[in-house]
Amino acid sequence: MRIGVFVCHCGRNIAGSVDVKKVVDEISHIKDVVLCTDYIYLCSEPGQLTIQEKIKELNLTHIVIAACTPALHGVTFGRAVEAAGLNRYLLEIANIREQCSWVHQHHPEKATKKAICLIKGALAKLKNAQPLKPIKVPLTRKVLVIGGGIAGIRAALDIAQGGIEVYLVEKTPSLGGHMAQLSETFPTLDCSSCILTPLMVEAAHHKNIHVFTYTEVKRVEGVIGNFKVTLEKKPRYVIPEKCTGCNDCVDVCPVIVPNEFDQGLGARKAIYVPFPQAVPLVYTIDLEHCLNDEKLIVCEQCFKACGPRAINFLMEPEEVEIEVGSIVVATGYELLPLENLKEYGGGEYEDVITSLDFERLASASGPTGGVIKRPSDGKVPKSVVFIQCAGSRDPEHGRPYCSKICCMYTAKHALTYKHLVPEGEACVFYIDVRAAGKRYEEFVQRVMGEERVLYLRGKVSKVFRHNEKMIVSGVDTLSGKPVEIEADLVVVAPAIVPSKKAQELAKLLKAPVDEFGFMSEIHPKLRPVESVSLGVYLAGAVQAPKDISETVAQASAAASKVLSLLSQPEASLEPIVAHVNEELCKACRLCQKACPFKAITMVGKGKKRHAKVEEALCQGCGVCMAICEEHAINVAGFTYEQLSMQLRALLEDKIDDSEKAVKSG
Amino acid sequence: MKKMIYFPGCTLKTTAKPLEDSALKVAEALGMEIKEMPQWYCCGTVYSLAQDDLIKQLASIRNLILVQTLGHNEIMTLCSMCYNTLAQSNVLVRKDEKKLEKINQFISEQPDYKGEIEVKHFLTLLKKVGNEKIKEVVKNGLSGLRIACYYGCLLLRPKEVGIDNYEQPTILEELMEALGAKPVYFPYKTECCGSYHTAIKPEIVARRVYHILENARENRAELVVTSCPLCYFNLKDRQKNIKKIYPDFKKIPVRYFTEIMSQALGV
Amino acid sequence: MRLVLKKNKHILQKIEEISGENVFACYQCGMCTAGCPMVSEMDILPNQVIRLLQLGAMEEVINTRTVWLCASCYTCGARCPKGVNLSRLMEAIRLMILREQNQDYVRLEEMVKESLPQIALISALRKFTA
Repeated sequence: MRIGVFVCHCGRNIAGSVDVKKVVDEISHIKDVVLCTDYIYLCSEPGQLTIQEKIKELNLTHIVIAACTPALHGVTFGRAVEAAGLNRYLLEIANIREQCSWVHQHHPEKATKKAICLIKGALAKLKNAQPLKPIKVPLTRKVLVIGGGIAGIRAALDIAQGGIEVYLVEKTPSLGGHMAQLSETFPTLDCSSCILTPLMVEAAHHKNIHVFTYTEVKRVEGVIGNFKVTLEKKPRYVIPEKCTGCNDCVDVCPVIVPNEFDQGLGARKAIYVPFPQAVPLVYTIDLEHCLNDEKLIVCEQCFKACGPRAINFLMEPEEVEIEVGSIVVATGYELLPLENLKEYGGGEYEDVITSLDFERLASASGPTGGVIKRPSDGKVPKSVVFIQCAGSRDPEHGRPYCSKICCMYTAKHALTYKHLVPEGEACVFYIDVRAAGKRYEEFVQRVMGEERVLYLRGKVSKVFRHNEKMIVSGVDTLSGKPVEIEADLVVVAPAIVPSKKAQELAKLLKAPVDEFGFMSEIHPKLRPVESVSLGVYLAGAVQAPKDISETVAQASAAASKVLSLLSQPEASLEPIVAHVNEELCKACRLCQKACPFKAITMVGKGKKRHAKVEEALCQGCGVCMAICEEHAINVAGFTYEQLSMQLRALLEDKIDDSEKAVKSG
Repeated sequence: MKKMIYFPGCTLKTTAKPLEDSALKVAEALGMEIKEMPQWYCCGTVYSLAQDDLIKQLASIRNLILVQTLGHNEIMTLCSMCYNTLAQSNVLVRKDEKKLEKINQFISEQPDYKGEIEVKHFLTLLKKVGNEKIKEVVKNGLSGLRIACYYGCLLLRPKEVGIDNYEQPTILEELMEALGAKPVYFPYKTECCGSYHTAIKPEIVARRVYHILENARENRAELVVTSCPLCYFNLKDRQKNIKKIYPDFKKIPVRYFTEIMSQALGV
Repeated sequence: MRLVLKKNKHILQKIEEISGENVFACYQCGMCTAGCPMVSEMDILPNQVIRLLQLGAMEEVINTRTVWLCASCYTCGARCPKGVNLSRLMEAIRLMILREQNQDYVRLEEMVKESLPQIALISALRKFTA
């Protein structure tokens, strides 16, 4: 073995707490270490060049790089050593930054000792390292896009344009998402439906896009390049091919329920389309509210009224299995329910509404035909108060983060209100105004200056009812005056939260979410559209609150990642997968039961029966290794032998000769 | 129901005697065994918010030690102020071991406080009895009497000691409903009455209470109930001060919630 | 007159020590002021008291009537989105003034001479005397 050890300064990040020279000195004396040297930024081009030159010059066979976390530059260094002719799995990275210098900044002496210890551990692990080759698997050139809002539609269109087949799955009866509910979009005040519906129609008619609405994802198996997904098409009880969208069924249906698309402010029948421009224009029967149920039919009005005979009460949920190479998640957001905002009534006051409710009131195709009316008595409000930051920026009672879009949409709402009710008064309670996008600041200034909306800087502590009005008790910190406003209508901007179904979906995809439920990206700055789960990409508000411009940009970015993945001839998987030593395996099946990815099967007969790992499914998590009592199954690159050597090296000073109890082999 | 150890506090024995009398009668009628602590000290009235002045916590902790010595693990109070003071002191020493140690060392003549006592308010106990049971025992239903339930501050805040949600509490309203009354919508039910300012600048309290009572009146309340003797004083006895500032002010009756209960239960 | 930002570190430190609160966690949203029951009687608003502490304007804080009008109702602390318990800060400022000046804010003679519930009397004395 001829080992080269390279210790990185990482500027002051490592060298600030760790005495790099001392480390180099100590490590140089270890057996088999032919070279130990330091460099200020190993990840830079000259840094990598140094490593490559030394490999060639000194015929190095194994490398240890002591630097930052392998999660950041593991691939960078891996490529660098491979360019010099070395297998990248004969490279071991010792993390002396995140695991050492960064957390022990105040104890430089101890940090130095620890760094030396970590490098010794890495050296020990290398002793039994084997060169490994990436696993090549064929790629399925199809994509699943989950979520039919603007993010999903944009991603689907971009991918389809690239010549790849897309399955676009949406859980509600129509494409469109929240953008379809909006009246106008900032800052251009484009009519939301006008810019969205052409895209919806394009997606529905595109030859490469298969649209599944009223469908959910039930199961996901497999790994990047080869996912097997089971979709569940919920029964509409209407045959799509026969339905002509004539509306005769709606006229005779006796059941009236609140319409979710109109935020409960308007009504629909049990058989319905969510909105007139729905795509596909197919009716759906909401069996929960329909007078019939799965076992008994008491009402046949729609069935009788339907000319094309498109109604079928006997429809069942249908499972569809698809195979795709990658998945784009675009499930969007929801608003924090008013029940969580008790100081604003907790949902009990009819005239305290959310921003989405206001959008429906303002929309020309909404429940009031575009007339702003108070939900309580239907009168046109003459005084409206908008409250921003309700549940956002609130580590104590809500979410600590900023929901990003509320400042802009509140300005838009204030402007819309002033245009619809010119004699009305509008006030906005804010803490800051965040208008960072293109032409956003100008838009807000227009609302303040030209529309003369009063912006009060302060939070509202309480809203309560007084006769017919709502009393809003707040403060204007700029003038130093507590203010009380009698409002006809109060519009609250609740925090943006990830949709509930998204969290269940994340479990299916084995994709991590952060503490608020937003799906985690690999790196927020450099890799914002890739989920930590390989092959899964993120687009839109599922990753973090964002407005339509950013969502579309992210959707296209995700599409480009998908296209670059699928344009390769085959997928290259990391060879850090488990292998079974058939001699040692006792076929106890513990590993099979423990594997979260269902990658282990049992093969062979009688005494020769043993476990077998499906390489393409294995993610190298190591649970099987931990549970196997015979040490018969090992993850390549992290074998039991390697890890125990590493552990012994790390605990060198603490192990007594008499206490050594090592399992051989 | 097990026996509850009861901490009266100074005011309940003097100016707020009606609160204690009615409460004990109500407890009896509901089959609750309430036993007054044989020995107790004044709790200190207000929780001292200073983090560096532990001597002000001694009064509360001494009482909790007495309860501990009696072998009980719960202490019940009727007065909102006592409840708040005892509960907050309890939270403080439970969260911070070092402070508990210091206090224990200082009160060397008594056993150490272990931090295991739960401080409860009478309303929480009534809720445990259940409104169904209370309904059974009602003799003179209040026939839809419109009551404004006033909570004040100290029963509900801070969150760690609050007996109900501090924005939309319902515990008093549910109780009044069980008695046959009709609690009214009363948005000022958690607004402070002015508290101890009544001893120095009663005009401030008068101005404050005017708004509270007018709000109750606007919502068609016929009666205001409260739980705290200080709120009771501020809402009731300061009405004459209000009349001096707002001559058109008309009086509104104010009662302790236990007085209403004892009336409804016929005890 | 321009406020010269002084770094009255030791006074702020003392107040933070007595209260256990971090003054710089406040982002001046004004929720405390909006909910304060005593705000109409005050000269400087509750959120302005914290602001002045942040700016180091200790004299103004010490000379204001506001801290003595606080009723310790905890509404501010319960509602604050950053969890800053303003009631504790008010108490800390009061205590700091009382301890420094070694003089009570209110004398027994100034107090109301009616029959009061004891808790009113004792609370007032505990809050306003050294």
